[in-house]
Amino acid sequence: MVHLQDVFKTYPNGSKALKGVSFDLAPGEFAFLVGPSGSGKSTIIRMLIGEVAPTEGAVVVSGFDMARIRAHKLPYLRRKIGVIFQDFRLIDKKTVYENVAFAMRAVGKSTKEIRARVPYVLNLVGLDEKSKSRPPELSGGEQQRVAIARALVNNPGLIIADEPTGNLDPARSLEIHTLLQKINELGTTVLVVTHEKSLVDEMSRRVIAIDGGRIISDRTGGYDSNGEY
Amino acid sequence: MASIRTGYYVREGVSSIFTHGFMSFASVFIIVACLIIMGSFSLLAVNVNKIIGEFENENVILAYVGEGISVEEARALKSDIEAVPNVKSAQFTSREEAMETFISKFDDKTRFENIDASVLRHRFSIYVEDVADMAKTQIYIRDIPGIAKVNANLLIAKGFVTIRNIVSGVSVVLVAVLLIISLFIMSNTIKLATFERREEIAIMKMVGATNAFIRWPFAFEGFILGLLGSLFAFLAQWGLYLVVSEAIINNGTFGSTGFLHTIPFSHVALPLFIVFIAIGFGVGIIGSNTAIRKYLKV
Repeated sequence: MVHLQDVFKTYPNGSKALKGVSFDLAPGEFAFLVGPSGSGKSTIIRMLIGEVAPTEGAVVVSGFDMARIRAHKLPYLRRKIGVIFQDFRLIDKKTVYENVAFAMRAVGKSTKEIRARVPYVLNLVGLDEKSKSRPPELSGGEQQRVAIARALVNNPGLIIADEPTGNLDPARSLEIHTLLQKINELGTTVLVVTHEKSLVDEMSRRVIAIDGGRIISDRTGGYDSNGEY
Repeated sequence: MASIRTGYYVREGVSSIFTHGFMSFASVFIIVACLIIMGSFSLLAVNVNKIIGEFENENVILAYVGEGISVEEARALKSDIEAVPNVKSAQFTSREEAMETFISKFDDKTRFENIDASVLRHRFSIYVEDVADMAKTQIYIRDIPGIAKVNANLLIAKGFVTIRNIVSGVSVVLVAVLLIISLFIMSNTIKLATFERREEIAIMKMVGATNAFIRWPFAFEGFILGLLGSLFAFLAQWGLYLVVSEAIINNGTFGSTGFLHTIPFSHVALPLFIVFIAIGFGVGIIGSNTAIRKYLKV
């Protein structure tokens, strides 16, 4: 599903964000990507969704070679990935239903398909009762669940969650991670970028740790980092 | 699929106008304001040119026929005069007709009973194509055998030419400058409206929308706003023109003399409508497309 081999990234200002990163994510896998600020996590995420290209090395996502991908192919890559952000990135003027339906509309799905799929996904994230509400009327946890529903609605093979619980309290945070785990159990590959050590340890899944642009640990069950990510 | 998409683009474009009501209102308002300023100036220039043109036409060359020439011989000079370059037409007036016209200007006609028409001469009122060449034309006419004297007010003719050149030059420059300023203001208003929605565009890109999918609703929105702006501007310009025309006609100083009058709106309506629609349409579509271009490069 995801393959990174000896990936280097140097930005135009000379800053070296990645220095030989390699890892693979198999279909259906669940993994955390952890590391301190400036460690290179965001660069990896941006590379996976086609916002930046590697300077050196191979990056393959859902069959797309990210070093050679043409701009007009990017929308088709992004349709195979669901992305969830810390700040939710919802359209405040659209209802919950419209925010989710919008993602299907953007990829050319018909109204009939949208009417069949959106209620199912909203039910999956537990928001079927709030379909007519607008994002500002929802709690942070609910807004993030809308973002997850939107990421899921096109049935992507890969979900990338960038600090999905950074703005939420611990109870809502656990709720969101449980939901991501449930989505993974349905067969979707999930990569979660997070700072929450307790949660990572609690969930006992694969943890890829990065620091200074290099992978410093890649193992299942947690990461011993003296309590800091 | 294409028709489903077109329907969606139009629906999205229309709904976006209402969702972003204030910015839509601002865009239409700016388009209306700019078009009215530009349109008013163009109409002023067209009217001034027309009035000057009429004054120019009034400025005729008077050619008097020699005393010993009969009315038939005098009449026959018409073809020689009209053969002179720059002469548009020549109108013959016999000395009897000239006397009648002269007397008709007075209330007490008995004062002229003993005056014979022979004190006057047969004459031609000669209209020229271009008053700028009036001096040359006057010389040619003077040289025609049978013509005794030629009167032309060359100073006034020169004045008209100068005024016409100034008005034409100033109006072309001003309309061009106003057009550039209007396009700049209008495209910036649309850019501002788009800037407000950069997050929305980023989300669309993130979920895998193609650039065309993102661009079309904006293009329809720009098209509708541009069209609305130009229609409102046309109607407002129409009203304004009628009010100003009415004010000129009813003005004690100018209106009563018929000295100043305006071209009927129906004569300028079609070209004005076409120009307004073309500018509104162009600004709406080009403005919205250029405005979102930079947000599409993600």
